[in-house]
Amino acid sequence: MTALRYAATDSATMLRRNLRHMLRYPSMTAMLVGIPVIFLLLFVYVFGGTLGNGLGGPSGGRAEYVDYVTPGILLMSVAGTAQGTAVSVAMDMTEGIVARFRTMAISRASVLTGHVVGSMIQAMLGLAVVIGVALLIGFRPEAGPVEWAGAVGVLALLVLALTWLTVALGMASKTVESASNAPMPLMLLPFLGSGFVPTDSMPAGLRWFAEYQPFTPVIETLRGLLLGGPVGDSAIQAVAWCAGISLVCYLWAMRLYNRDPSR
Amino acid sequence: MDLEVPEGTIFSLLGPNGAGKTTIVQILSTLIGADGGEARVGGHDLARDPAGVRTAIGVTGQFAAVDNLLTGHENLVLMADLHHLGKAEGRRRAADLLERFDLVEAGRKTAGTYSGGMRRRLDLAMCLVGEPQIIFLDEPTTGLDPRSRRTMWQIIRDLVAGGVTIFLTTQYLDEADQLADRIALLDRGTLVAEGTPEELKRLVPGGHVSLRFAAPEGVAAAARLFGGLPYDRDELTLQVPSDGRVASLKVLLGALDAESVEVESLAIHTPDLDDVFLALTGGPGRPKEHAR
Repeated sequence: MTALRYAATDSATMLRRNLRHMLRYPSMTAMLVGIPVIFLLLFVYVFGGTLGNGLGGPSGGRAEYVDYVTPGILLMSVAGTAQGTAVSVAMDMTEGIVARFRTMAISRASVLTGHVVGSMIQAMLGLAVVIGVALLIGFRPEAGPVEWAGAVGVLALLVLALTWLTVALGMASKTVESASNAPMPLMLLPFLGSGFVPTDSMPAGLRWFAEYQPFTPVIETLRGLLLGGPVGDSAIQAVAWCAGISLVCYLWAMRLYNRDPSR
Repeated sequence: MDLEVPEGTIFSLLGPNGAGKTTIVQILSTLIGADGGEARVGGHDLARDPAGVRTAIGVTGQFAAVDNLLTGHENLVLMADLHHLGKAEGRRRAADLLERFDLVEAGRKTAGTYSGGMRRRLDLAMCLVGEPQIIFLDEPTTGLDPRSRRTMWQIIRDLVAGGVTIFLTTQYLDEADQLADRIALLDRGTLVAEGTPEELKRLVPGGHVSLRFAAPEGVAAAARLFGGLPYDRDELTLQVPSDGRVASLKVLLGALDAESVEVESLAIHTPDLDDVFLALTGGPGRPKEHAR
């Protein structure tokens, strides 16, 4: 029992450390929140008029496109935060503070859980900012409290999955630079799915990829919950993808953490 | 390799770059696994009870580091929290250590802004938060200026006076000579010698006086005078065994004067750990001269 209590207090200590890092290094947080906001404004005001007409909805144009694109931008925001996680984990590993933690009698997982929980807080704050800006520029969700709770839950699951993935990537990277590059494809996945345009407008091969990649069911679930469309199988697929990625990447990350740091 | 470090002493592992000093510390501090062998640290078996080892040790130096984005004080409080000391006790110990290591002013600044000497002091202070019985110091003074080195040496001496056991690695011979009760010489992963500094110094030939002459005739005449010693014809130098005392120097110079041999310069050489180091680690064989 004491072991479990120590694991919890050690994780809380590590979380405080990571939150302090975010305060000391605000440009990183600002960038992680700023980039999705810029993409949101870019897609709504530059491309939105034309893309919105292509959706074939009743109103069309920019107003329709804000509603369509916001879930995709939310995923970009999550992917961006995950990239920041990879960088801060890699920095920890290369600067040697983790070597000190490894020689101390502390819970082995606490260093990583501290990172994961810290990143989740950062990601949820980032999402709140993006949703706030989207509401300001005309995003009109029809969701009630239950749907909102569901949407937040799905987003939290996705954040958990991507954070464990990037914690593992950050540890697997030999340098901070490569840790920053490794999660790049995550930023592209919303584009190669239903984030910005419906997948049925894509050529066959690409459409197949777009429909089966993990981001698409998450985006479709969010859309269904927030804008009142059908959710269908998407929710189950989204939860399954997120749970699977979380578990595999958690195991991978712990394995990397416990191996000999012989690099 | 077979080592034993008695409690409350300083043991120094001495060796050139790449000899394996850091690897040994990493193994003994549970950071990496050993591919064989047996070790007990603070009474805990390294392979079977690494968690027990971790409760007994503190590690500081080359590979362990401080958190650059936290202040000195926050770094120490972080360590206190990880040792589950409780808030009041943790703060008290952090404040004490900042005072003791002359970091009170710096305690409010982030560690990233510290000078080399300040970082090392903070590093050591961090490993003292948990009051370890055994401290591993991996090259604690590499890259420090002479004043910071002396400060660090004094801190290390104070720690041992307080009953702590210290395992020190260094590539500086005078550091090992100054601090260590016992020294082990490591070269390319193997132990080449072990003993007290005095025992190690006895391993190499004793002191001598190195004489330098103006002309080849001089060096030849002097070599004959001292019973046909071998000499260096190109460098015009001759090494005469000597205990380095003033009285014996007077006798030596008197003998040369009597034969009217002109000596250009002389250097007295007393054996030090450099000789042991170079003789045993197969480095360049040129002995270091102490000009007097």
